[in-house]
Amino acid sequence: MNLQDKKRVLREMVLGRRFEERCYQAYMERKIGGFLHLYPGQEACVNGVMEAARPGQDYVITGYRDHVHAIKCGADPKEVMAELYAKETGSSKGRGGSMHIFDVKHHFMGGYALVGGPFPLATGIAKAIQMKGGDEIAICFLGDAANNQGTFHETMNMAKLWNLPVLFVCENNQYGIGTVIHRSTAVLDQFKRVCGYGIEAAQCDGQDFDVVYEHAKTAVSHVRDRKGPYFLELMTYRYRGHSMSDSRSYRTREEEEMWKQRDPIFILRDRLVDAGAMTMDEFAALEKEIDGYIENEVIRFADESPEPDVADLEKYVLA
Amino acid sequence: MAEMMYWEAILRAHDEEMARDPLVICMGEDIGVAGGTYKATKGLHEKYGPLRVIDTPISENGYTGLGIGASFLGVRPIIEIMSVNFAWLATDQIVNTAAKVRYMSGGQLAAPVVIRSPGGTAHQLGAQHSARMEKVFMGIAGLRVVTPSNPKQAYGLLKSAVRSDDPVFINEHELMYNMKGEVPDGEYFHPLEGSEVTRVGQDVTLFGYNISVHWCLKAADILAKQHGISAEVVDLYALSPLDRAGIRKSVAKTHRAVIAEEDEAPVGVGAEVIAIINEECFFELDAAPVRVHAANVPIPYNHKLEKAAIPDHEDVVRAVLRLFGKA
Repeated sequence: MNLQDKKRVLREMVLGRRFEERCYQAYMERKIGGFLHLYPGQEACVNGVMEAARPGQDYVITGYRDHVHAIKCGADPKEVMAELYAKETGSSKGRGGSMHIFDVKHHFMGGYALVGGPFPLATGIAKAIQMKGGDEIAICFLGDAANNQGTFHETMNMAKLWNLPVLFVCENNQYGIGTVIHRSTAVLDQFKRVCGYGIEAAQCDGQDFDVVYEHAKTAVSHVRDRKGPYFLELMTYRYRGHSMSDSRSYRTREEEEMWKQRDPIFILRDRLVDAGAMTMDEFAALEKEIDGYIENEVIRFADESPEPDVADLEKYVLA
Repeated sequence: MAEMMYWEAILRAHDEEMARDPLVICMGEDIGVAGGTYKATKGLHEKYGPLRVIDTPISENGYTGLGIGASFLGVRPIIEIMSVNFAWLATDQIVNTAAKVRYMSGGQLAAPVVIRSPGGTAHQLGAQHSARMEKVFMGIAGLRVVTPSNPKQAYGLLKSAVRSDDPVFINEHELMYNMKGEVPDGEYFHPLEGSEVTRVGQDVTLFGYNISVHWCLKAADILAKQHGISAEVVDLYALSPLDRAGIRKSVAKTHRAVIAEEDEAPVGVGAEVIAIINEECFFELDAAPVRVHAANVPIPYNHKLEKAAIPDHEDVVRAVLRLFGKA
């Protein structure tokens, strides 16, 4: 990947970060309701994988920490924010909320709130791709804790049995809500758990975009070349709590600080600066430009959009 | 009109839909090479191959979710769950995904899957193979529930369900697969909503669905011949949405209602029909509606206990006689 593309990726990572931080603020201002699960710290994961895939063409599905995945697939940040603001102009017309962002025209097949639920759905999408004969792949992004659901095991078995074109990306942020992985999970290396199903798997640093991207290229090619499913485990960390109601009492500030030393945005930024492709001033300007975009366009759009009409309450229940 | 068995009618619907549309598939445990526990998919594996007639592992939530995911891209899966008791394992995907995805995506995505499964008490299968689930599924917004009482409905409801853009749960019955009945020779699509007046009467309406329609018909016969009571039988083949207009129309005529169901009474079909009667036509009633239902127990293995737990036509007759002060 050339430096220009990396600068574009850095921009997208910063957009994802600033978007989520702005959501935090909007939540505190009570503009956003319900549950809100934020992505800061994990940006290299979705960016590294999707740069190796085809955003907007390959089918992506994930859990409830879904805003940045949707945007990476091509969803308009304005529509995602409008969804969080529960507006008719939102990506799910204000019916879904933070955990249920959908943008089917960009093949973002949704965020789902039952942990582990998307495993079989992704594999069914892969089955449909297989039947229709396209060369797309299905990509399922979930966290490490989802692997303790029965759907994980049921799906890994079927995906391999039928050789379906699905890439499972495990964003291992080491916490299932507020329980650290070694207190919930017998085998800490998640990629080892699919070896029993004969699925190709790898594990890598999820904080370094370049590392994720290189591993994802192998994974995506494997699936695209119809060699069967693949499981890619990315070691990462979420800076904020599981959701907004989480005080992070189950982990230390020292641990958080240690992870922030390996911030995915800073790693990529520093690499671009070292390569002479960007200056620190340029980066500061980039952040400022993105903050301006979020404030002047994204937030304004969400704020000014109308809410759904109560008369339409029962719309979309049945065809 | 050709006479065929209930399972043959289901098989015919599968075969016609699969021949018409290469995106129609069927999946479930033992449905392929083994031909299906109740033969409803017999011969399809040989005809359409393993990519479209899929023998699944025993992973109900997993393969149901897989079918739902495939339906997002326009595949039309007919998912067989061997016994509805196993469908409890798949309720996560049926309820949390299939029923809700259209709504929570603001209409962008739909899950047009058909889930077929036999429920009900057969012969001494014990508590974990004898229960029913229709009352669970009919309470879920976004899901259609239908339940054929004869081969014609079994054929026509499955045909319509495959063509529907909504997820449809089809409740069958283990004891009904060998029932014979007339099925139209040409293609026939049974509506997914509504009800059928199976026998016209004047004095009382007997509401049934699936197997209990047959208790009602038999009871109506006895009531007419032995007690001079003219019973109307209404077949509620659609449980969600229930046919409010059809229920109102018949009760407004007969002024009395008995609802027969094989399930336990709490939160059941009978409770829902009575609520509709109250809402739609309470002042038409000459007597309080009555439910005929199973005992509130896990279905026992012992044959005598099992028989005692499950109602039949005699219970319907007794309920009607009580309504008329004759028992």
